[in-house]
Amino acid sequence: MQHTVERIGRPASPGVAAGPLVLLGENHALRTPTGDSRRERDDLASAIDRAVGAIRALAGKVDDEAAAILEFQVAMLEDSELVSPAYEQIARGTDAAAAWSAALADQIRTYEEATDEYFRARVADLRDLRDEVLRHLAGDAGGEMLEGAVIAGEDVTPSRFLSVDWSRGGAIALFGGSPSSHVAMLARTRGVPMIVGLGPVDLAGHVEAIVDGDTGRIVLSPQSSDWSTYRSARAARTGRAAEEGTAAMQPAVTANGVPIKVMINVAMPEELDRLDPAMCDGIGLFRTEFLFHGEGGLPDEESQYAAYRKIAKWAAPKPVVLRTLDAGGDKPVAGLTVAGESNPFLGTRGIRLSLAWPDIFKVQLRAMARAAVHGNVRIMLPMVTVPEEVDQAAVLLDACVAELAAAGVPARRPPLGIMVEVPAVAIAPELFANAAFFSIGSNDLTQYVTASARDITAVAGLNDPGNPAVIRLIANVVAGAAALGGDVSLCGDMGGDPRHIAALLAAGLRSVSVAPTLVGRAKLKIAEVVAVP
Amino acid sequence: MSQEDASGAVLLTHAVGLHARPSVKLTKLAKTFQARVELSPSPEGPWIDAKSIVKVMAAKVPQGVHLHFRAVGDDAANAVAALIGLVERDFDEARADAAHS
Repeated sequence: MQHTVERIGRPASPGVAAGPLVLLGENHALRTPTGDSRRERDDLASAIDRAVGAIRALAGKVDDEAAAILEFQVAMLEDSELVSPAYEQIARGTDAAAAWSAALADQIRTYEEATDEYFRARVADLRDLRDEVLRHLAGDAGGEMLEGAVIAGEDVTPSRFLSVDWSRGGAIALFGGSPSSHVAMLARTRGVPMIVGLGPVDLAGHVEAIVDGDTGRIVLSPQSSDWSTYRSARAARTGRAAEEGTAAMQPAVTANGVPIKVMINVAMPEELDRLDPAMCDGIGLFRTEFLFHGEGGLPDEESQYAAYRKIAKWAAPKPVVLRTLDAGGDKPVAGLTVAGESNPFLGTRGIRLSLAWPDIFKVQLRAMARAAVHGNVRIMLPMVTVPEEVDQAAVLLDACVAELAAAGVPARRPPLGIMVEVPAVAIAPELFANAAFFSIGSNDLTQYVTASARDITAVAGLNDPGNPAVIRLIANVVAGAAALGGDVSLCGDMGGDPRHIAALLAAGLRSVSVAPTLVGRAKLKIAEVVAVP
Repeated sequence: MSQEDASGAVLLTHAVGLHARPSVKLTKLAKTFQARVELSPSPEGPWIDAKSIVKVMAAKVPQGVHLHFRAVGDDAANAVAALIGLVERDFDEARADAAHS
């Protein structure tokens, strides 16, 4: 029986959960080398076989375009040129995982050095192949084993998070990570308790854990007193949850009677299946990145249209803000984003990436214009820095609408607005008369204003949206929107955080968009605040 | 046993160059022949095994380059002719592209 161990990290998503502890096998660290070169060789060969089988199975379930990408991956794995350097290393005494990683590292390096952007983007394919085989080599389980579990590891990718069915409970505890990462955002959306920045933790021998996402505390091998604390915390939360659930269905009004719009942030259309449109004033942010993270590569117009239409219909006649692809930074998309940029957060991301790939961008704009027929659709451009970017996007959008009209496809030209997250825009919002609306992306705005990355644990303390400089910029954007006669909202995490709501209302903001699970909490807080009209 | 040698060149017109999907098609076709088949973006080499997707992709051949083939073996002439034909037909992708635009 292991001794109880307690560690404190940083809270990233509220809630308490308990479950079996599963160490996420990102690397070969999980697998113990056998020390027998023949076993190592056989293990690698069988891991590659299983990876090929898994990719083939997937290829049968996707469209032709995606299948072609998977076929390329299979062809690479089946080429002895890729595998034989690994076998040679194994023969010289290296273990299977290290040998495979080294062989792939050599390949990845040659693509990183490519001058052509297309070939450089193949780095993502090769990393996928490397990790897929390592995963099979480690005997790592797929999503199924992670259900209801406390998942521990250095960090977790958004796609890994999304592969787990969280309806059966579970929590995340990371040695590294950040409360502002996209997985943390997803965790808050789904109500999955999560803590980050635990530092190195030796999990050996521990099979169960309790995670408290409110305090950032994890208990390994809990004793009976821990379990009773856990049960009463669960009960208290159930009471609070009931209160928030009631508040969520009421309109948001401040203590002095000022109505506030509370919209919701949505990452996947499926989230709406469990939600009642009456809880919100619309969808203030639909993140479209997740359409681009499927195993099948870039989504075609029809699959995008189907997703956007579903959202537009769900909310109609309330507005739905569809954000165009916000890839880059910490959200790479295989084959599209630029790999190896020295500082991806200051690189080709958001609208910059979309304008660099107008053909791919137009597929998205077409799908959005078609969905606009089914509801109150608005299009929002992320990472805008200068007004010319809005002009260029408007030209493309107009062209898409004209092409659809010429082809007899029903479509509508939605209003085109911008996300305010680059300080250049927040400082001089009056330059953006060509934007139909503003939505303040407080997460990125905070990271750019405080020069502290959202995914670096060591500086995460500086990444504070409550910083007076951030609040002052938000007030400036609200004033700029009023001068231009456009509307303004805020779709970052601070909109749903009771600690910041009073400051946002004082800055003049009258509309926020928050994670669906935070709607009740935000409305309860708004009801306590006196807003100066 | 007759050892046959063959060679030829063709202009690569594909939009991105010799990228993933064309490379899969090219290596698959090359593997259907007995002959040893090699390709190079230059008549002087370096010569690359046309049956290895890893080698072909690593060559990162861009659009607008003349692709040179050479083959040694019983069906060398057929192999070179077939591969040149595939590149000339733009890897049979023209129709698919037109359907998308």
